[in-house]
Amino acid sequence: MSAVQQETNVTAKSSTATAESRAAKLMKRRSRVRFYEIIVWIAAIAAYFLLPSKMLILTEIAILALFAVSLDLVLGFAGIVSLGHTAFFGLGAYVAGLLALHYVAEPVTGLIVAGAVSGILGLLTSFLILRGSDLTRLMTTLGIGLMMAEVANQMAWLTGGADGLSGFSPGAILGLFEFDLFGKTGYIYCLIVLFIGTMIMRRIAFSPFGISLKAIKANPMRAGMIAVPARKRVVTVYTIAAVFAGMAGALLTQTTSFVSPDVLAFHRSADVLLVLVIGGTGYLYGGIFGAVFFTLIKDWLSVITPQYWMFYIGMLLVILVLIGRDRLARWVEYLPERFSKKEDGK
Amino acid sequence: MLTILFDGVAYGMLLFILACGLTVTLGLMNFINLAHGAFAMAGGYVTVIMMNRYGISFYWCLPAAFIVSALIGLVLERTLYQWLYQAPHLDQVLFSIGLVFMAIAATDYFMGGQQQLINLPPELSGRMDVFGVGVGRYRLFTIIVCAVLAVVLQLILSKTRFGSRLRAAVDDRRVAMGLGINVPVVFALTFAFGSGLAGLGGAMGAEILGLDPNFPLKFMIYFLIVVSVGGTSTVSGPFLAALLLGIADVAGKYYVPAIGPFVIYALMIVMLIVRPNGLFSRGSR
Repeated sequence: MSAVQQETNVTAKSSTATAESRAAKLMKRRSRVRFYEIIVWIAAIAAYFLLPSKMLILTEIAILALFAVSLDLVLGFAGIVSLGHTAFFGLGAYVAGLLALHYVAEPVTGLIVAGAVSGILGLLTSFLILRGSDLTRLMTTLGIGLMMAEVANQMAWLTGGADGLSGFSPGAILGLFEFDLFGKTGYIYCLIVLFIGTMIMRRIAFSPFGISLKAIKANPMRAGMIAVPARKRVVTVYTIAAVFAGMAGALLTQTTSFVSPDVLAFHRSADVLLVLVIGGTGYLYGGIFGAVFFTLIKDWLSVITPQYWMFYIGMLLVILVLIGRDRLARWVEYLPERFSKKEDGK
Repeated sequence: MLTILFDGVAYGMLLFILACGLTVTLGLMNFINLAHGAFAMAGGYVTVIMMNRYGISFYWCLPAAFIVSALIGLVLERTLYQWLYQAPHLDQVLFSIGLVFMAIAATDYFMGGQQQLINLPPELSGRMDVFGVGVGRYRLFTIIVCAVLAVVLQLILSKTRFGSRLRAAVDDRRVAMGLGINVPVVFALTFAFGSGLAGLGGAMGAEILGLDPNFPLKFMIYFLIVVSVGGTSTVSGPFLAALLLGIADVAGKYYVPAIGPFVIYALMIVMLIVRPNGLFSRGSR
């Protein structure tokens, strides 16, 4: 604050220049690669070599992580509580499945098409969440999710109805890498998509665009006063998140060679919210940490109580909320701040 | 045609009884309680247990369902819910989803996952003809009970001292506290009453809506529709919304079974876009 006051003494022109350079420095500092980010990716690669028998669950984690990171863009940055994010996930899954069944079996094509189609749905539905309060948004997103589930269930001639879609197998990735029986290719494929997706979203989230989203989250009216076009920004970020959620769905289809109506079920939307709550919102990597914990807990619980694991998931949610999820999510801040030793230029 | 209308009205009345507690929670306490259906389910299961295991008359089960659900509501409100009134909406959503999951799994554990059936007393089952229209006796019973309840609710809200305290707390919590109204107690009692009504609705709806552990999730969207379309400031708003929804849903399932649910969701979304604060709201908050 005091620095800003000092600057007002300098002439207006140079103060703008210094303010701009200060802002640029701040932005750079915010977007610097953190220590834990490197660890995450090293651990993900190490897992490939250290846990060769766990490829399927690792793949599951990678897919859930991409899904959760895309929701974090909407929830953690733009502050929209969505109960229907699974609509995009499911749409992506079905598009990828149908594409592999009828047209092209090549996965990357399927991935891109699925992302594009989900993005279009995201763009169309984003106009519905612009109005009203939290409750209205909640209802609208929930309604869209349920509508998609209903469509998938009713259009049995296209989607296979309640039986799901099967009988296709994904081709080699880019025509080079075949999927193998142990899911090794699948894991590497999902990990690469997760990495690229996270990097793109990271770039978006820590750009001025991402910061303006946080401003909208904090107070839409004030954001409007400092000339942030709130509606446009929300539409954009919702569409982007839909694209990545669709890609996550496509990954699930391609690695399992099966689509069931379960990809659109309500509990998926709740699960992914829980993932973000465990990991923390608003810094993207929460989705990845949360996905790891959630999948491990779920796996462990479903071994102990195959039928009633839902009870403990529910209990976990209640306890997490009562303790206060902010307090839990803050642990990441205790990790070393910087990876590079470069000075801030302070 | 008239039979469908009649069934729709009965269905809508039930939805109203089920959802009006939620109206209060949402409007009064600004709490997004997705677990409302769990209280209704509790009432339904109380009825099933009392009737099928102990052979108690259906008419005694209804008040019992009300009381048990209201007690559960009161206990949960005092122990858990009250800490979250000031929490962000995301926390409330997560918390109540967690409760729903727990309720579903616990019910599954104790009662099994199958659909529960109750045997209605003979004088309530079957149909009769009224002016050439086939009328289910039980549905007629439902309509009468629910209509009486709606009138009583309206009277409580508008005529009694408790009702005016409640309305004061709805309009402005701080000023109401300043006037010496014990708002937390009003909240707790209202929450319990709303849960009790949900339980009663669940008990009566076991025959019409069906009852299984997934009840809270299946009907969550219906309750939310009633509340968001009807608005939270009156009794008549949700009442009309519930009637409309009931008739639309029954008619939709009858005439266009393939896209029935689709119509409801589409209508809801359109409604929310056109009137984000509810169909009968008193202007924006």
